[in-house]
Amino acid sequence: MTKSVFLGALATAGLLAGAASAQTLAEVQDRDSLRCGVTTGLVGFAAPNENGEWEGFDVAVCRAVAAAVLGDGSKVEFIPTTGSTRFTALASGEIDLLARNTTWTFSRDVDLEFEFVGVNYYDGQGFLVRKDLGVTSASELDGATVCIQTGTTTELNLADFFRANGMSYEPVPIETNAEAQQQYLANACDVYTTDASGLAATRAAFENPQDHMLLPEIISKEPLGPLVRHGDNAWGDIARWTLNALIAAEEYGVTSENLEEMMAGTDNPEINRLLGTEGNLGEMLGLSADWAANAIGVAGNYGEIFEANIGEETAIGLARGLNAQWTDGGLLYSPPFR
Amino acid sequence: MTAMTETQTDDGFRISQLLYDTRYRSITIQIIALICLLIGMGWLVNNAVTNLSAAGQDFNFDFLGNVAGYDINQTIIDYNSQMTHGRATIVGLLNTLLVAILGCITCTIIGVTVGVLRLSKNWIVQKLATIYVEAFRNVPVLLWIVLTMGVMIKLPPQPRDFRGDDATASMIFNDSVAITNRGVYIPRVLYDAGSWVVVAVLLASIAGIFMFRRLARKRQEATGQILPVLWVSLALLFIPVIVAQLVMGSPVSLEYPELRGFNFADGLHLRNSLIALWIALSLYTGAFVAENVRAGILSVSKGQTEAAASLGIRPNRIMNLVILPQAMRVIVPPMISNYLNLTKNSSLALAIGYMDLTGTLGNITRNQTGREMESVLLLMAIYLTLSLSISALGNWYNNSVKLKER
Repeated sequence: MTKSVFLGALATAGLLAGAASAQTLAEVQDRDSLRCGVTTGLVGFAAPNENGEWEGFDVAVCRAVAAAVLGDGSKVEFIPTTGSTRFTALASGEIDLLARNTTWTFSRDVDLEFEFVGVNYYDGQGFLVRKDLGVTSASELDGATVCIQTGTTTELNLADFFRANGMSYEPVPIETNAEAQQQYLANACDVYTTDASGLAATRAAFENPQDHMLLPEIISKEPLGPLVRHGDNAWGDIARWTLNALIAAEEYGVTSENLEEMMAGTDNPEINRLLGTEGNLGEMLGLSADWAANAIGVAGNYGEIFEANIGEETAIGLARGLNAQWTDGGLLYSPPFR
Repeated sequence: MTAMTETQTDDGFRISQLLYDTRYRSITIQIIALICLLIGMGWLVNNAVTNLSAAGQDFNFDFLGNVAGYDINQTIIDYNSQMTHGRATIVGLLNTLLVAILGCITCTIIGVTVGVLRLSKNWIVQKLATIYVEAFRNVPVLLWIVLTMGVMIKLPPQPRDFRGDDATASMIFNDSVAITNRGVYIPRVLYDAGSWVVVAVLLASIAGIFMFRRLARKRQEATGQILPVLWVSLALLFIPVIVAQLVMGSPVSLEYPELRGFNFADGLHLRNSLIALWIALSLYTGAFVAENVRAGILSVSKGQTEAAASLGIRPNRIMNLVILPQAMRVIVPPMISNYLNLTKNSSLALAIGYMDLTGTLGNITRNQTGREMESVLLLMAIYLTLSLSISALGNWYNNSVKLKER
């Protein structure tokens, strides 16, 4: 009797396991921590600092979502994933959010059943070579040995690029950025290719960054953004609008410095709605009224996060380029907070 | 009426006998265990199906027919990025087989040599063999693979070091082999028109060697006279082929590697990942084989050696003709499991980017198509088939060497 009850309970648990996936918000709140998938280490985007705390551009998205949901940007459990383990981790529910330089593509959105909540970095695939290789253009790379991370869109772009240009190459498949760096620096490959931002970040970590250069060609569109599982729209909304809040905050001039005084109320109703002093946007998301203020409070608005982690003042030195606000000729454009 | 029946059939069957009668108890327990097992498996399958449908994913293998889109560096059969995932899987499988076969051959050679050396009376040789066995047996094979790969990348010269007048590196064996940190380039055999004659002569020579050996054995059994088998075999192998090659105007030629562009071109490129995996797996499994061989030799009683010696047989002939054939019966069964381990361990290739079955189907295809369940199940099925085939071959060989009981 006890045995059949036990088995019955097991079977029920098995049946219920599938239905439980639609309540990510409740799960995160119960756990009081957000599980966020990041890279295994790419300086500027996600890497542990000397104190073992994760920091970077993607990490900031995780922290902002944690702050919006739990009111504290430090309540994040960072889970390092490789290019080939990240989707399994997200699909299986091991992580709640994936912020790992992941390119938004049709098949990932539709076939793999993920929901990209926006774009936090507009990127393209580039090539990193040594200056003394004497190559000035990607069209001179016929016969080159190319280090490439497996399980990425860059792998497919690379195959297309060389095929379209009638060139041959020798792919050296690798699993992590650190491994690629090791092979590239030992000259086991002539070229390292991945998203241009990732190349800049990798080069910044070299001993002699000036000996290496990015080739002028950008061979693909790589809109990188955070993503969640299909099927939990409420959770997707939270992630989407947290990212939009960071972008909108820059547009409206809300920074980590003036956040306090803006919270007291301003004459701009859009800012008031964003920060929760007017309207009930937080309630609609199932969060507190100051959710966006909490998110911005962690590390500032999008522009501040960009400058602190990968901007021109940092070793990585990326210009805003496409990632400027639409008012400055970039592509960042948050829908209105209304 | 029922009460009547129960008292009458004292030696008949009663339900309680299922538990208390030793004749039936074991069957009862087995049936209950089987039911539990089936329920457990049913639950797992049900769980998988429920969760897949909850996630909105179906279960099918259509993705194997879609265009793969990625390139593979080492392809034994023709492959490009416009071929299907199924083709990429086969390329990966062949790469797995390649490294498994190479590894099994070298680990046997290493293992038998070291196993015999470990029993040597020479103190240094014996200790060196012991150090090798203990070092390789007691460190995880993944570390050996990664270490070998690291050495292969860091130590040998880069292709550019071979270039120019002030080249710091040079090719070896009369400019035919280049060892670089991108792999080893060796000459490749090219077959021009007419080379079938040379190949046919080679095959005929090999057949001739076997016939000669049989003849020599018969002669030895009949007259006790020993023919110089080795020298005649070597002559049979080389002389007709060389003659055929010269007569036909050298149809079979060698293509030498040559530094061109970024890398060496032409010739045969043995990639670092293949070499590292091959060396590491051979050395690791070789240590286990060595222990098996040692155990096998020690299992043959010393009296056999002494008896053979008293007949005036020389020591190396004692090993080959008396000890090893008997030791084989002990050595072969664990050897099969060593070959199985080597084949399965080859999936660690993933760590160094060798594009084996795990690298193609289990990693890139799985990841690009998002079909985790299907890919992993297919991967397991292929490895299972591979392992069972190796077992079957091994058992067949074992039956041929084991003690024949008549």
